[in-house]
Amino acid sequence: MVSNIIRAQKLTTGYEKFTVFSDLNTTIKAGQITTIIGPNGCGKSTLLKTIGRILKQQSGEVFLQEQDMKLISTKEIAKQLALLSQNPEAPLQLKVEELISYGRFPHRKNVGTLSSKDIEVIEWAMDITKTTAFRDREIAQLSGGQRQKVWLAMALAQETSILLLDEPTTYLDLAHQLEVLKIVERLNKEHHCTVIMVLHDINHAARFSHEIIAMKEGEIVTVGSPKEILAKDVLKQVFSIDARIMIDPENGAPVCFGYDTFLEQE
Amino acid sequence: MCKSMINEIKKSKFVPILIIGTAPLFIVITIALSILYGTKDIDITTIWLAITQFDSGNVDHNIIMQSRLPRVFAALLVGAFLAISGAIMQGMTRNYLASPSIMGVTDGSAFVITICMIFYPDMSNFNLIIFSMVGSAVGAGIVFGFGSFMRNGLSPVRLAIIGTVIGTFLSSISAALATYFQISQNISFWYNAKIHKVDPDILLLAIPFGLVGLLLALYIAKSITILSLGEDISISLGQRTKWVKFISILIVICLTGTAVALVGKIGFVGLIIPHITRFIVGVDYRFVIPCSAIIGGVFLALCDVGSRFINFPFETPVGVVTSLIGVPFFLYLIRTRGGDSRA
Repeated sequence: MVSNIIRAQKLTTGYEKFTVFSDLNTTIKAGQITTIIGPNGCGKSTLLKTIGRILKQQSGEVFLQEQDMKLISTKEIAKQLALLSQNPEAPLQLKVEELISYGRFPHRKNVGTLSSKDIEVIEWAMDITKTTAFRDREIAQLSGGQRQKVWLAMALAQETSILLLDEPTTYLDLAHQLEVLKIVERLNKEHHCTVIMVLHDINHAARFSHEIIAMKEGEIVTVGSPKEILAKDVLKQVFSIDARIMIDPENGAPVCFGYDTFLEQE
Repeated sequence: MCKSMINEIKKSKFVPILIIGTAPLFIVITIALSILYGTKDIDITTIWLAITQFDSGNVDHNIIMQSRLPRVFAALLVGAFLAISGAIMQGMTRNYLASPSIMGVTDGSAFVITICMIFYPDMSNFNLIIFSMVGSAVGAGIVFGFGSFMRNGLSPVRLAIIGTVIGTFLSSISAALATYFQISQNISFWYNAKIHKVDPDILLLAIPFGLVGLLLALYIAKSITILSLGEDISISLGQRTKWVKFISILIVICLTGTAVALVGKIGFVGLIIPHITRFIVGVDYRFVIPCSAIIGGVFLALCDVGSRFINFPFETPVGVVTSLIGVPFFLYLIRTRGGDSRA
């Protein structure tokens, strides 16, 4: 049986007067990859940020292992949950390895130097993200894909069992998108990392997720397996598209291989 | 692999440790230069006698002990205070133009000092420092208040414009008030940064304030580095960002307020020194803060020495010297990093 690692209860979040979603309930299962999809402005990033306490909810609770997150110290949360935001910008003169080492911040007690355990974890994070080769370079010298892998490595150095990723593949080319998602998949399979991410590409969502949360206009339309979500009626309801779906014979994942918008009168 | 990493970190720490280690030497040289060279030629034996066997009837002795020595210490302290303030502001806001003079902090101090001189003319030195800090808080509050109010107002160039506008506005009001209440003479000290007229008593009083600010700055330095990675990352790493920002603002108010109370408004030190320091030592604020303090102090003290010779034998306000160096640097920053939002 899979237990719920995160549970949102009657969650309401917004910016000033504008409410993005209200009284939202959802659960995230431990050890799975859960992807949130939905049209622009549906509140998927806002939901992720609220779960990751980057945004403060106006009301409602987020429970981490059935404990109200408001009652856990932010440093304690940082040992269990890491969040990679959409367009992180580091000081450009920063060296790759230095940036990754900041992922150890929640684990370090004093100002002192890195412990052997810290160094071990940093090496592991660089190894798994294949960033070891440019560890000595400055952020300014890296391509978009390399930067994203470095940020991912920093989140991994945080050594958490939960990873929140906000559109980790945006602005990356096809190969880099897949590379990042394969790293995520490996983390989930080999290290039992619970992953919650926001993706725009529904085919990637279908291929890499155990469960998909489909959102529209601040509400969760439906939650289900990739096959349940990549269905004509669901995609019509969520994205207002007429999708053509088939099963990829290579990996059994449903694929949307073409789609059209509906005509006005429909 | 592990060894290469340790070597790398050692290498990156080498430069800042070198700067901190050799700082006493540079400070001593700066003090020596400042005592040796000035409008009046005073030979080394007289200087030595002034320090060891002070004779209050001797004019040369008085110049050394009442003017040259206090002013070099004032320049070292004020340079350090402004540089630390600038470094913290730039790291905290990730705004490469953030600095006490551009963001209206120093203007706020001078403004409140003006008001106090009008209504409370016999202020004690202690109160002067306190009110100057209040002024720093007022200036920063107005500028950042406007910045958060306006759309995209916290972007580097916009915030700099708001800061400059508010700063100019506050100075104009101060000037008008000073003229109306006929205290222009007294107040011009704070507007033209007459470092050579620094009062040795207030200098001694400023040291504890500076020390508190410096220690707090060193304590918060690591958190500033984390904050400089961006707000989201900072929260995700488990940092209490509001608390860190609160302490940071407190340090800026304490150090800038003290600096203005001591010698008045001095521009550009808080802007250019953190940039130069980061260029030399990198972006780890555990090193940026102490190294900024050292470089800022020595820089301002050397500017002060230079100010004695630009228009010899008359003293040029030290703010003129820092502006001569600072303005081209400021334009360079806007030109090269205008579209960039990071510090």
